[in-house]
Formats: sequence, C-alpha cells, structure tokens
Amino acid sequence: MASNAIEYINHHLTFWNSDPSPARGFWSLHVDTFSVSLLLAFVFAGVFAMVARRASLENPGKLQLFVESIIELVDTQVKEIFHAKSKVIAPLALTIFCWIFLMNAMDMLPVDLLPNIAQWIGHSFFGLEAHHVYFRSVPTADVNATFAMSLSVFLCIIGFSIKAKGLGGWFKELLTAPFHTHHPVGAIILAPLNFIFQLVELVAKPISLSLRLFGNLYAGELIFILIALLPWGAQWVLGAPWAIFHILIITLQAFVFMMLTIVYLSLAVEAH
Amino acid sequence: MEFNVTLLGQAITFAILVWFTMKFVWPPLTNMMEERAKRIADGLAAAERGKQDLEAAEKRVADEVRKAKQQAMEIIASAEKRATQIVDEAKDNASTEGARIVADAKGQIDQEVMRAKEALREHVAQLAVVGAEKILRKEIDAAKHADLLSSIKAEF
Repeated sequence: MASNAIEYINHHLTFWNSDPSPARGFWSLHVDTFSVSLLLAFVFAGVFAMVARRASLENPGKLQLFVESIIELVDTQVKEIFHAKSKVIAPLALTIFCWIFLMNAMDMLPVDLLPNIAQWIGHSFFGLEAHHVYFRSVPTADVNATFAMSLSVFLCIIGFSIKAKGLGGWFKELLTAPFHTHHPVGAIILAPLNFIFQLVELVAKPISLSLRLFGNLYAGELIFILIALLPWGAQWVLGAPWAIFHILIITLQAFVFMMLTIVYLSLAVEAH
Repeated sequence: MEFNVTLLGQAITFAILVWFTMKFVWPPLTNMMEERAKRIADGLAAAERGKQDLEAAEKRVADEVRKAKQQAMEIIASAEKRATQIVDEAKDNASTEGARIVADAKGQIDQEVMRAKEALREHVAQLAVVGAEKILRKEIDAAKHADLLSSIKAEF
C-alpha cells in the first residue's frame, strides 16, 4: 500500500514530457501543461471574442452579461489602481484573470479523469504502456506556466518603467531610490545600496507572483491526490470540503495575480 | 521544479492571448458598455427633463386656472353690480314716472274739479235766474235789473 501510494503520487506528479529520457535538457516540453493551457486559451478567447462580436447594446444575453460583469470587475480594479493611460493593462489584467482562473479550475476535475483518459488513449491508439503515460491536468501547478506569466509581467514592468521615465530616468531611479541625498559623496555611497534594494524589489515581484500561484495550486492538487488515496466511501468526507474551499482558492489566486500585476505596473509608471 | 522550453511556449501563448484580448475582446466590449452607459444616462436625463417640463406645465395650468377663476369672479362681481345698478335705475325711473303720472292725474283732477265747479256755478246762476224770473215774472223786468242779477251771479 505504502509503495503503491508513493508510486501513485509520483505518477500523478510527473509531467507528460516530450522527451521521456531522464537526461532531458531545456529543449523538452511539458506537453500536458502546454496543450491544456492552449486549449483553455482557446476557450477563453473563443467565448470572449464570440460575445464581443455578437454583443448587443439593447438586449444582452446571459452569457454577455456574465462576460460584461467580469470586464466590469477588471475595469474597476484597473481604474482604481492604475491612473496612467494605457491600452495594454486592462486587457492584460483580463487575460491574466480569466486564463489563470480556467487553468486553476482544471483542479476541480477528478484527479484521475484526464490522466486515465490519456492512458486509455495512449494504450489503445498508440500502443504505449499505460503506466508510462503521464498527464497533469493543472497547468498552473507547473512552474513553467506560472513563471512564463510572471516573467512576462516582469518584462511589462520594465517596459512600463522605461516608457514612463525614459531609460536614463529609470536607471537614475535604480541608483537614487529609496535612499536619497543631495550630497554628491553620499549619493555615490548610496548608489550601490539603492541598486541592490531596487534589484531585490524588482526580482522579488515575478518570483513571488509565480511561486504564490504555483504553491497554492500544487498544494491543492497534492491534497486532492492524497484524498484520492482514501477508501472510496470516505473520500467525500475530505474531498467535498476541500473542493468547495478550492473554489475560493482558484478564484482568489487568479484575482490576486491580476491585482498584483496591476499594482506592480502602476508602481512602475509612478515616480518614487 | 523543472524549467524547460514549456516556459517559452507558455509565454508565447500568453503574449498571443493578451494581444488577442487587446485587439478583439476588450475594445468592442468596453466601447459597447460605455455606449450603453451613455444611453442610459441620456435616457435618465431625458426623463428628468420631461419631469421638469411636466412640472412647469402643471404650474402653468394651475396659474391659468387661477387667473381664469379670478377673471370669472371679477366678471360675476361686475355683473352683479351692474344688475343692482339697473334695478336701482329702474326703481328710480319707476318712482319718478309714478310721481309724474300722479301729478298729471292730480292736475287733470283739479282741472276737472274747476271745470265742474264753473259749470255748477253757471248752472246754479241760471237756476237762480230762472227761479227769480218765475218768482218775479211780473214785477221785475230782466232788463231793468240786469245789474243786480250780474252782481248776484258774481257772488256764487
């Protein structure tokens, strides 16, 4: 049982890698993460673009009202936090919220559902050994997915800073804030200190963004896997409360990622 | 924690998705929502204006009604005044006319009385003359005693 349990967990925590050999390097792909997130991107883009295309001013349908309420939510946050003018930030925030929410929501599927389907397909159509077919259904429980987004946001932060303050202004700020003095010698002494502070602050942003999301979803997935190890009659005792609680987590994490992105970008355009 | 090319793939997907949202999702929907908000605001403003217009119209109507009532009352008052005036005039006319008629009648009556008296006097004088003639036929000559007779007649 114990070795079975460990094997079960490990199996569930292994990605479907394009390169199955253990010596794989950087150029291997997590096919499951990539395909599921791509599919969800299509779902989001498809639904929203369809609603946008068919949007009716006079008599909106239920789906349109739903989409509008999400847009309203995002728009309110952006308008409250981000005061500069930008065409990018609101769509960016909307995309982050919806895409992360959808990817997180994959956690609500039964832990064995997609892996078993993948195994069945792999076994019956591609003649693979079922045990060697791996599938992880939650893309945000993969650091690649979370870091991809947080590093994109990081690039946006730098881009927004440079656009708002100019390259020179941004560098100057890196050296003269948070500790500021008018004394020339003091300024030279403080410059490396400031630079270290700013660097830490800057680098901490994408790391905290992505690790927060990854940690929450990874832990959630792991707990679902552990619950799946219980006898089937007892699973609902823990599974139901955890799933219900997880509805909150997946929404909250998507929202937090979006909010922090807006906050970071608004900090980037404001002068220290 | 295994970083590999998935990260690049995800970043590309993310970038394309953001671009797509920026191009095809956000602008049409927010424009539409703004347009709707504007329309609602316009509608509310129009309703407010309509309400104000209605209030003004009601006020004007009340004003007109009040004026009309006042006018009617004035007209009624002047009519009443005129009526009493006419009645008074009629009364005055009637009384003067009555007085005149009465005066005329009195004058006529007086004349009649005078005439009757005259006639009566004449008659009595004749009767007296006739009587005296009959009594004095023989002894009294009418021609001789004419002076006497006329003085008697004057005494009636």
